[in-house]
Amino acid sequence: MALKLVFLGRLEDVAGMAELLLPLAAPQPLAAVLAQLPGDLAQALSGPKVKLALNGAVLTAGAAPPLANGDELAFLPPVSGG
Amino acid sequence: MRDVRLLTAPFDPNAEIDPFARAHPQAGAIASFVGKVRPEAGSDDAVEALELSHYPPLTLPGMEALADAALRRWPLLGLLVLHRTGLLYPGEPIVLVSALSSHRRAAFEATDFVMDHLKSESWFWKREKRGGQWRWIEPRDEDRADLSRWQVGP
Repeated sequence: MALKLVFLGRLEDVAGMAELLLPLAAPQPLAAVLAQLPGDLAQALSGPKVKLALNGAVLTAGAAPPLANGDELAFLPPVSGG
Repeated sequence: MRDVRLLTAPFDPNAEIDPFARAHPQAGAIASFVGKVRPEAGSDDAVEALELSHYPPLTLPGMEALADAALRRWPLLGLLVLHRTGLLYPGEPIVLVSALSSHRRAAFEATDFVMDHLKSESWFWKREKRGGQWRWIEPRDEDRADLSRWQVGP
């Protein structure tokens, strides 16, 4: 089991991948997860316009639930419209 | 009554509208909108291709919730919302919205409402290829302004 990170839109280009599996030793807050990523990616993911969805539900701004193996956390940059 | 789908392959809007309309013979009004990849032939900087990505846990559920909001707001007999994902080329349809009602006003307004929300609030990310280079499309202020038309007054 691992935490699954999903990168949407331009964030996929920054990450160089659409998804990343990150096995966690224990549940962690987002900041600790971001600290394990390359600096430029962590910076792009924590941009003010990037929304988060945890297990398919969009988080309200500022929400910081602990992340655990088996969770799916998606990083959603501003949508560009259909 | 409500038909909301994501499509991964090119589609013919008329081949979707006709059977949907036939399935709702009681409708006296049908308003349909088709959005296409804009053909810009002749320009050096023309769009060569468009790629629409989405996030399955959010995108289709969000479109279904939007359709339900339109069905609550207008007395519709049927609502068809189809949206492409994947790689598209100039001239190809991206989106089809077709609203069926007894009278024209509800059909016009519901179609307009669904399109404005699809353009500004749906979970799609779009990039376009010009001159061999892919570039992500940023949200447009016009789309935000269009959306504000539907806010219920204070």
